[in-house]
Amino acid sequence: MNDSILEMRHITKRFPGVLALKNVTFSVKRGEIHCLVGENGAGKSTLMKILSGVHPRSSFEGEIIFDGKAVSFNHIQDSEAVGIGIIYQELALVPEMMVYENVMLGHEIRKGIALDVNRMIQRTEELLKLVHLDIPSTVKVRDLGIGKQQLVEIAKALSRNVKLLILDEPTAALNEADCENLLQIIRELKGQGVTCILISHKLKEVLSIADTITVLRDGETICTLDREKDAVTEQVLIKHMVGRSIDTIFPSRISSIQPEVILEVKNWNAFDPRLGRQILRDVNFHVRKGEVVGIAGLIGSGRTELARSLFGNPDRYVLWGEMVFKGKPVRFTHPSQAIRAGMAYATEDRKRNGLILIQPVKSNITLANLKAVSNQQGVLSEEQEVKIASGFVRSLGIKTPSIEQLVLNLSGGNQQKVSVAKWLFVNPELLILDEPTRGIDVGAKCEIHTIMNELVMKGMSIVLISSELPEVLGMSDRIYVMANGHITGELPAKEATQERVMELATQY
Amino acid sequence: MDRTAIQALIRTKLRDYAMYLALVLIMLVFSILTGGSFISSRNIANLLNQTGYIAVLAVGMTLIIVIRHIDLSVGFLSGFLGAVAAVLLTRFQVPVWLTIVIVLALGAVAGFITGAPVALLGIPAFVSSLAGWLIYRGALMLVTAATGTIIIPNETFNEIGNGFIPDLFASTQFLPGLHKTTLLIGIVVIGLSILAQILDRKRKLEYNFEVLPVPVDIGKAVFLTGVIAYITWILAGYNGLSWTFVIMILVVVVFDFLARKTVLGRHIFAVGGNPEAAELSGINVKKITLFVFSSMGLLSGLSGILFTARLKSASPQAGTLFELDAIAACYIGGVSAAGGIGSITGSLVGALVYMSLMNGMNLLGTDISLQYVIRGLVLVGAVIFDVVSRKRRA
Repeated sequence: MNDSILEMRHITKRFPGVLALKNVTFSVKRGEIHCLVGENGAGKSTLMKILSGVHPRSSFEGEIIFDGKAVSFNHIQDSEAVGIGIIYQELALVPEMMVYENVMLGHEIRKGIALDVNRMIQRTEELLKLVHLDIPSTVKVRDLGIGKQQLVEIAKALSRNVKLLILDEPTAALNEADCENLLQIIRELKGQGVTCILISHKLKEVLSIADTITVLRDGETICTLDREKDAVTEQVLIKHMVGRSIDTIFPSRISSIQPEVILEVKNWNAFDPRLGRQILRDVNFHVRKGEVVGIAGLIGSGRTELARSLFGNPDRYVLWGEMVFKGKPVRFTHPSQAIRAGMAYATEDRKRNGLILIQPVKSNITLANLKAVSNQQGVLSEEQEVKIASGFVRSLGIKTPSIEQLVLNLSGGNQQKVSVAKWLFVNPELLILDEPTRGIDVGAKCEIHTIMNELVMKGMSIVLISSELPEVLGMSDRIYVMANGHITGELPAKEATQERVMELATQY
Repeated sequence: MDRTAIQALIRTKLRDYAMYLALVLIMLVFSILTGGSFISSRNIANLLNQTGYIAVLAVGMTLIIVIRHIDLSVGFLSGFLGAVAAVLLTRFQVPVWLTIVIVLALGAVAGFITGAPVALLGIPAFVSSLAGWLIYRGALMLVTAATGTIIIPNETFNEIGNGFIPDLFASTQFLPGLHKTTLLIGIVVIGLSILAQILDRKRKLEYNFEVLPVPVDIGKAVFLTGVIAYITWILAGYNGLSWTFVIMILVVVVFDFLARKTVLGRHIFAVGGNPEAAELSGINVKKITLFVFSSMGLLSGLSGILFTARLKSASPQAGTLFELDAIAACYIGGVSAAGGIGSITGSLVGALVYMSLMNGMNLLGTDISLQYVIRGLVLVGAVIFDVVSRKRRA
């Protein structure tokens, strides 16, 4: 049993209101490449954060044995000290600093009190050779492509004599050539005795590289598969990843779809100048009046970007393609235009960009349509505002002591209802809901779903973006699946299964 | 409502009223220390006139800080615009009303120019307005270079900074020595404020909102009435209301209404509370930013007029450090440095607290170096109190 470099036993982690990990056991053999797979929210990242010390020892139950010794980490520095290196999807490099400065950051070589630049450069270049990166170590990280930056991160981890390297979705943002290169380097590191944990959504990639695969689902270890002994295929993995019955009951509704197409998007493309890459590729989809269209996909598949590019494009993507809303070709250049035309978008992160937390329930509800509660001179009518806000509090069942309560004092579910109320008040014909039930309890979820059903029955169209497969399957009339900025499939609700959706979502 | 809920409500309200209490306390302490000369009619009138040009800047700065920006240029902008007014009046013989219109318009344009790189290009307001600080300082020196300090002989203009409203009911028989018009205005304001509070309470009860217990609300009304009555009495005992005071109150009333009761005000606070959410709610953050900076510029022009008229001249140093006084007044007045929170009336009180301190210490003959230290301590103390009490509330 001593060929294990890492044993995580009986790990249980609670977040307020959520049990993120339930008695998870996870073991990694020395010198192997171990892949960790699972749906969004399965607990992969939480488990790795526990391992790297981001979540301190006191915040979870269970034990960690690394290299034969029980360890307890309270900071990321503690795990680094014993030889665990973690590379996150969002790279932790300082773009304005040179490659060698980044690689040696926090572990600078000194001569007396001054930095020994020459030796640091020399050491960095040795490390860069290991990752086959042929660049001078004095270029700025900013000037490197994302693939090369990824390799610099690995070199940085190697500079710390890492024994166990954790890569969280390293290839998500890479093109194919960079991906292949990265996987090759991981294989070579394995040859040099570095153990690797790789989190990935790309199952083909997982199958090509893994020695062992662990599947997490809903915060539990489902199985650990040995690729040599077990017959592992994509289908097997998907089955384990989603293998739960839809136990949440979704409120039923009679189909209310009308023939009229309210939104049609053809060959829609978006380029993000800040990332310097194309984020949406030839997206085609349409929504009918009274229809709930689900958009499924893994995190980073471009669902939110799609919604925002249609809703006035606040991120200033470069867009091309065709968008027809209510029969007219349109291109909104500000959310206000989209709202005026009859579109509404409830954001995925209500705290960050959905609500104004330091303001009361009342002004959050009326914010997007103040015209309706003011006179022609732009003077607000308190009476009207109170009437409107109280009305929504009653009809949506928002639990708040008063409409003057600050939104930050409400529970997640009630905050979400405030967000929905805000968009209902603009009286849209198309409502885009981005992760409408993330992080809220079952009861509130069901209430939101009931509200959605009532809305489509009244003729509103809804686009539902959700990472929860049961929700997409249970609520939608039709489902589009996105992967890598592209729609990889369209399924009528009847034919859609979790396995089928997951297959499309992992298609790259 | 149970006892703890009432206590909690009072505690949260206490934070809002803490500034008023601090102001009363400061005035009381200085009155005692100076043997009453602080609270004399003459000094209070003087204090209010001194506060005028800072309070006007603080009103504009409140909105700037609420939308998470800063404007350092306003001190020298007001100095420069004051000098422009002086030049227009003396060299070009422009009538007073037209001078005021031109200066205010120039101010709005200058504010727009400071705000444009911030709103359109995302340049930090600190940088954009620091550039303005340098430019307007240079411009002020340039305008006053040939002549040095420009003396303004125009009586009408100088009245703005030194004059008082006329007493329409002047009489030597009835209440001699008191300014009757001021008394009348004071009585009307007291009546209106009591009426407003009663109506407000009634409306809140109608909507089932939390209200303070009756004795607390009555206490509040009595306190407010007392303060207004006392100020009225003191001012009436001197020359009555000064034009500067009237202008300052008008600016506060207009901007307070704008901030709390209009769509535009709601948009400003939404941008400050969460710019991204505001943008996605269909609010044009750029336009709001440009508007707020322009209004700041306009108020800088007004501040320049008040200051220049008060000194009856424009000097090459006019406006030095006004921007920092205004910023300090805002912070003392409870504007949150993180944006989204603040009130116009709060900043007015902040300006009064700040200027009372300076005025009181001057009367006491406190050494100027010590004055700066005390001002600094009061500023940081006020902000610490604000942050701590807000945290406890959340």
